[in-house]
Amino acid sequence: MTSTWKTPSGMSRRHFMNHLAGSTAAVSAAMTMGGAIQANAEEMRKNRKSAIMLWMGGGPPTVDMWDLKPGAPTGGPFRPISTSGNAQICEHLPMVAKQMHNLSVVRSMSTREADHNRGRYYMHTGFVPNPNIEHPSYGSVISHELIDQRPELEIPPFVTIGGASAGPGFLGMAWSPFAVTSSGRIRNLDMKLDDARLRQRMAALQEIESGFAARTKGLPAGEHGKVLKKTFDLMTSSQMEAFRVEKEDEKTKERYGTNGFGQGCLLARRLVEAGVPFVEVDLGGWDLHNNVHQTLSTTKLPQLDKAMSALVEDLEQRGLLQDTAIIWMGEFGRTPRINQNAGRDHWARSWSCVVGGAGIKGGLAVGETSSDGTAVESEPFSSEDLMATVCEGLGIGLDTIFMSKNRRPMKIANGGKVIRELVA
Amino acid sequence: MTPFKHSQTRLLMVLSGLLTVATVVSPQRAQGETVQPPQIAMINEAIEQGWVDYEISPAKEADDASWCRRVYLDVIGRIPNLEELQEFTSDRSNDRREKLVDRLLHDDRYTEAYANHWATVWTNLLIGRGGGMDRRDLTNRDGMMKYLRDSFATNKPYDRMVYELVTAEGATKPGAPGFNGAVNFLVGKVNEEKAVLAASSVSRIFLGQQVQCTQCHNHPFNDWKQQKFWEFNSFFRQTRALRRYVDGTRDIGYAELVSEDYAGEANDPSDALVFYEMRNGLTRVAYPVFTDGTEISRSGYVDDVNRRRELGRLMLDSKELDQMAANRYWSMFLGYGFTKPIDDMGPHNNATHPELLDKLATEFRGASYNIKDLITWITLSRPYSLASVLGSNNQVDDPSIGETPKFSRFYLRQMAAEQLYQSLVAASGGTSKGTYEEQEQKRREWLRQFVVTFGTDEGDEATTFDGSIPQALMLFNGELTQRATSIGAGSFLERLSKSGNSTTERLTQLYLAGLARRPTKREVKLAADLYRARGGNELEMLQDMWWAILNSNEFIMQH
Repeated sequence: MTSTWKTPSGMSRRHFMNHLAGSTAAVSAAMTMGGAIQANAEEMRKNRKSAIMLWMGGGPPTVDMWDLKPGAPTGGPFRPISTSGNAQICEHLPMVAKQMHNLSVVRSMSTREADHNRGRYYMHTGFVPNPNIEHPSYGSVISHELIDQRPELEIPPFVTIGGASAGPGFLGMAWSPFAVTSSGRIRNLDMKLDDARLRQRMAALQEIESGFAARTKGLPAGEHGKVLKKTFDLMTSSQMEAFRVEKEDEKTKERYGTNGFGQGCLLARRLVEAGVPFVEVDLGGWDLHNNVHQTLSTTKLPQLDKAMSALVEDLEQRGLLQDTAIIWMGEFGRTPRINQNAGRDHWARSWSCVVGGAGIKGGLAVGETSSDGTAVESEPFSSEDLMATVCEGLGIGLDTIFMSKNRRPMKIANGGKVIRELVA
Repeated sequence: MTPFKHSQTRLLMVLSGLLTVATVVSPQRAQGETVQPPQIAMINEAIEQGWVDYEISPAKEADDASWCRRVYLDVIGRIPNLEELQEFTSDRSNDRREKLVDRLLHDDRYTEAYANHWATVWTNLLIGRGGGMDRRDLTNRDGMMKYLRDSFATNKPYDRMVYELVTAEGATKPGAPGFNGAVNFLVGKVNEEKAVLAASSVSRIFLGQQVQCTQCHNHPFNDWKQQKFWEFNSFFRQTRALRRYVDGTRDIGYAELVSEDYAGEANDPSDALVFYEMRNGLTRVAYPVFTDGTEISRSGYVDDVNRRRELGRLMLDSKELDQMAANRYWSMFLGYGFTKPIDDMGPHNNATHPELLDKLATEFRGASYNIKDLITWITLSRPYSLASVLGSNNQVDDPSIGETPKFSRFYLRQMAAEQLYQSLVAASGGTSKGTYEEQEQKRREWLRQFVVTFGTDEGDEATTFDGSIPQALMLFNGELTQRATSIGAGSFLERLSKSGNSTTERLTQLYLAGLARRPTKREVKLAADLYRARGGNELEMLQDMWWAILNSNEFIMQH
């Protein structure tokens, strides 16, 4: 190969980096870790709030779990048991029962979306789906609001474990969920290239990126650059250690349950400890149109019982629960009526969610439903209300207003009202 | 007089017992006497009227190389390689764009790529990205792909394809006795939940009607009622998917989709009805009735009436079929459809260009549902030819922030995962090695990493190939990128490094191959810096630049 380009002598690597520093934002990871910021980190950590959402994909039958109707024709076979809080819950959740002083059940959830996609969207965003706008989801909103509390964070601020969660909407791709499996293993993390060359490649990439974004003036082209920056940070960060859930001792793994959801909850605790402001852990398979009670008592509830109770207990023991909100919910509840296949169908009119941690009071049962569970008989609460309550618990101002891409102002949590019983 | 009289000769060919029309370019056309199909002017007029109404002016025309990259990606699912790009850009005739579209659609050397691309697109539509990926799944992904590849390779008319997919009977797996790949669309959707998924998929994908909510209650904003859902659903109740086991084992060898006599839920085959339960607990009865109110026989005996065939026949007569197809194909090429979402059509969801949608649908039917004709009209239309630049005169035309699309520029969008895969393969200097099956296996493994599911029984899924971190990591460090940026003997970069007269020329080739443009001055300067940092190793510099190109927004976007 004959080159027509000269190699001038005296062009050192240092010179090269100086040359590039002005043209690129992508090499900034190491540079933002200034001494002043480091000194403040300890102080920041003290006030650091987080949230963990336990998402029950498919729509959990809350009438069999948190708001039992023993004796009613709709009641099903399960018995209620007493708990460490005021609420009685299902006999198949005995370990969670011991943690109920930390958690509260909202029994008067009343929503309108009983289709999976619409329900998932609504419960994750506080908005009903609208073809002209994509609203940001819980994880995007909360991580966006809490990110300033952790300037040292180099790993994604919104992680979803074992599922897909919901997107960042108009907040942009930089706030999208980082999806991992419960093993915490992440593909394609290693470039096998020395650091200097990686940074030089990033600089070349940055040049092409910014040129294209400037020429097209479109939003999508510019968003990509932010994602590249986050990816680069993550690849070069020692904080990635938090994903290595396999490093936990066997006893702890066993306590959470050696299944996907159990290990996912354990991974969530590790991530929150490392400073990630929002983690979602997904447990699917609640779409129980058939054989609901058998499936609940043999598989779903034992799995949930172990993992959820372990998470709350562990967070409390580590002093993290007072700063970590727990949100348990699905896209809707299930019909009080038991159908011809011994299942329950989609039902949004009267159902339950469970919350606790951070500034949210535990031990309560808020609201009530009728004797057969088909109607809410106290003040009904919506997705927006629950979201507002969680935000309040996390100290996020409810006067926060986002501007959508088409310049429409949007109130955080869609202007929902705080459930007063749950916050001091 | 036919509009094709001066420019084209028509050949009638009989393929698989079907009458299809193939077109051949005649010599006159090369001399610039192109007569374009009138449908193109029809599209242009309607779209241009919209610009007048909104008082905006369109972006300028995209340059030839950008347009070439665009049309390759959309028609055959990958970017052009260097030779293909040069073949197009060196053609100075006035009808070079017509000729390129014609080449991609009708030249034998692209038949395989065309068929593969569209089979992939439709497989994802019909059975999702996860369909047939699990061993216990009745759906056979290979079977689905094979049916669709054959259909697109022979340019099967759209209506024929829909009819076959809706009415198919036979075995799922290639090589199994009675194999009919078309059954894979419905085989995983009929046994569970009273075939609810079969009904909602057929109505959504082919008729643009979202009915999944109406199984339990009347639709909140369209005129579908619960009754209508169960009437539509009744068409699928003779259909069963049967498991066929491998001899002497309990492993499923393949599945078979059959039509069986149906006794109905009141156990009377001559009056085979279904029950459904309303919200208030009352039970009502439904028989097969098409969406327009046409009733068919209530008998459940297949010999009296094959319900799915009746449904197929009724669908072919419905205007919704044409509208959905026109809307879908338009959105595939322009990035946005006339409605949002594209498969939720009707009076409750106004189209942005209702008259154009109507006309395009009618013309498609008039052209005997020739998909390649529809593609020709769209790709040669003015909106498809515009640059992807948001200018000061059309700032309101930004559907990404929720404005209605006016098609006054080409909307940037990310390539689909499959397009990126094929483009990376093409960008690594050629076709991947191995048989079709081996290549397909590799591709599928690569694609699988991006599929995430939602844990519902409707099989809802999403992709993490959405411009977020996992995708960026894959492009940074993944095996495919490593292969594409390899500098070993015989690799694309190694061959490139031996060509041309100068480093600048080779760098230019690299930019053309990846981005269909020349490097800017700043980029040349940056490459020179990299060249020095690599101690004068040009091949390593090219490797770094190629890595940067493949990872850029400009590479992964359709623009």
